[in-house]
Amino acid sequence: MSMIDVKVAAVEQVTPLVKHFTFVRQDGLAFPAFSGGSHVVVSMNVGGRVFRNPYSLMGSPADTSAYHISVRKQEHSRGGSLFMHESIEVGSSLQITYPVNLFALAKKAHKHILIAGGIGITPFMSQLFDLHRLNANFELHYAYRSPEHGAFADQLKASYGSQLRCYTDSQGGRIDLLALLSKQPLGTHVYVCGPNPMVVAVIETAKNLGWPDNTIHSEQFLSPGVGEPFKIHLKKSEIEVHVPADMSMLEAIELAGVEADYLCRGGVCGRCEVDVLESDGALLHHDHFLTDAEKASGKKIMPCVSRARCQKLVLDL
Amino acid sequence: MPLAFKKETFRDNYDYSNSQDAIKRFPFPFAEDQYMYSVNIEPHVKGKPGSVCEFAFDVDEHYVGECLDKQITLDLDRGRYAVLPHMMDAQWDFVELTMEALANDYPEHFSLKKDGLNWTWENKPLNIKHSFVFGDASTMPMDPFEYMSRQVQGDFVLLDQRDDTLYADGGFVTSQADWSLAFDVGMSWREWHAPVPRATELGVMDRALKYLMNIQLGSPVRRLNWTMTVNPRLDTSPENYPLWGTDRNTVNPENIEDKIHLRVELQSLFRLPRSNGIVFSIRCYLISLKELATYPRWAKRLHRVQKTMHPDLVEYKGMTKFHPMMVEWLSQFDDGETLSVGTQPE
Repeated sequence: MSMIDVKVAAVEQVTPLVKHFTFVRQDGLAFPAFSGGSHVVVSMNVGGRVFRNPYSLMGSPADTSAYHISVRKQEHSRGGSLFMHESIEVGSSLQITYPVNLFALAKKAHKHILIAGGIGITPFMSQLFDLHRLNANFELHYAYRSPEHGAFADQLKASYGSQLRCYTDSQGGRIDLLALLSKQPLGTHVYVCGPNPMVVAVIETAKNLGWPDNTIHSEQFLSPGVGEPFKIHLKKSEIEVHVPADMSMLEAIELAGVEADYLCRGGVCGRCEVDVLESDGALLHHDHFLTDAEKASGKKIMPCVSRARCQKLVLDL
Repeated sequence: MPLAFKKETFRDNYDYSNSQDAIKRFPFPFAEDQYMYSVNIEPHVKGKPGSVCEFAFDVDEHYVGECLDKQITLDLDRGRYAVLPHMMDAQWDFVELTMEALANDYPEHFSLKKDGLNWTWENKPLNIKHSFVFGDASTMPMDPFEYMSRQVQGDFVLLDQRDDTLYADGGFVTSQADWSLAFDVGMSWREWHAPVPRATELGVMDRALKYLMNIQLGSPVRRLNWTMTVNPRLDTSPENYPLWGTDRNTVNPENIEDKIHLRVELQSLFRLPRSNGIVFSIRCYLISLKELATYPRWAKRLHRVQKTMHPDLVEYKGMTKFHPMMVEWLSQFDDGETLSVGTQPE
């Protein structure tokens, strides 16, 4: 996979939990332009163990001199976000992938409703530039816990005042999804990024109101999470791999020296999908990619976020 | 080595041929004795020096002739160019991709100077020099996509990715193997591949779509496709079928070696940065049977491939009229020698 070597040019504490990082290229060249909603996977070497986490690119997609990401310190971080917060400083070196967009704007939409919860604001921070540049009709609805957790809210108010509505939970602010989504004109698309209950609520509300599936967009990167350790057998490589409690299957497979396909590493893109040849227990599917029927069939698994509870699991790798 | 561009015609008197060098670098597509339709996609990485895959966009001795032929075809039928309004970002992505590649890979023929968004493009072989503001279509003499499509060999289709599929929402198509842009523009992946025999049942198209939608910025991919064409004609479009369709009746055992051409398409796909679209580049290479047979290994291979071709494919590729005659002509080279796997000429 093609990677870009970057250097951290600036670090800014945006809220008590969110830090903003500015990257420039080590080789001094320009980054590629990108499309609003894109993310990169940041590769971090934490004491010999490699973490690869996806983060949305922020800022203007036309600015090729620097890339920007924001990282929320996760309460139950396995190491990635904690490392970014505590060990990365100006001058640090990292590797990132080329931008990938799994949360693209629908260019033919007549109107765009963007709904962000907390750190879920990040993909919209680049989409807003595209929407503004394209003179699109849009509204941003941004909900956060309390005033000090509203990352970039002031900046957004200054740039998009009339198109922005903020909802502060500690002050009783709530998005009335039913009211919001039931009064939209035909050809409106809705985009949501935020905590799982919010994403589910937006999708369910829109579906119940009869919005076509292709007008509902969401992005929710999952972190691999922690679970019980288990063992897998890789058929083609003819090896056993132990998956420790705090490691994903994909990470364990890579650590064993087996090259596996991946893209987002957050259960969204489908690239790391692998065939399950045999299993004698339960597959714990955590991804957003496989359909319910595929999950139930037990024939496929996404090793980036999913786990298993079984004695025997044979993968086609 | 600087390229010597030839004066050529791809219609009327068909004044076209390949130099020894061009024959040797021809992208012969058959690695084995039997042909099977497959997706056969690989990363579009830098190939061997001198090969057609050395650079992202190959410029060869036919460059000037082909660009002229594009212009003739487009002047006769403006319908060969079409682009939907939501593809403007993709148009500029295409301009950036092609100008940067050509200027970087062929500095003796092309140059690109950038001062912020003020760009100056120079194309020496076609005697073009133009300054413009990147992103401002009013500073271009025509659509940005049309402008650069006229200056790069091959056909180009702009794909928009939405609703879990790809839509052909723009194209500059003047050298197509019997398909129509005017007919396909705005169609989804499934719609425009509906006529391919046997592929839908094999699930090939669904797998290919999944793969293409995952193409990443900075990691283009390519594949070869092929057919046989009577006369070295680039514009074998359905619109102009009356002009070339009957050429099949003119083939006889005396002229077959000059008339029948293996037509190979180097198809490559690039993710586009600003639009998140994809550009599908279809570059056509033509070689007569006589030129091809200067390498006996290729003649033997082509004989075996054609002899065992599935009748559905013979029909789909439009070869029915001359297929037995072609197999017969090729058989003179085939001594039954076992050929190792691979597409190399010798």
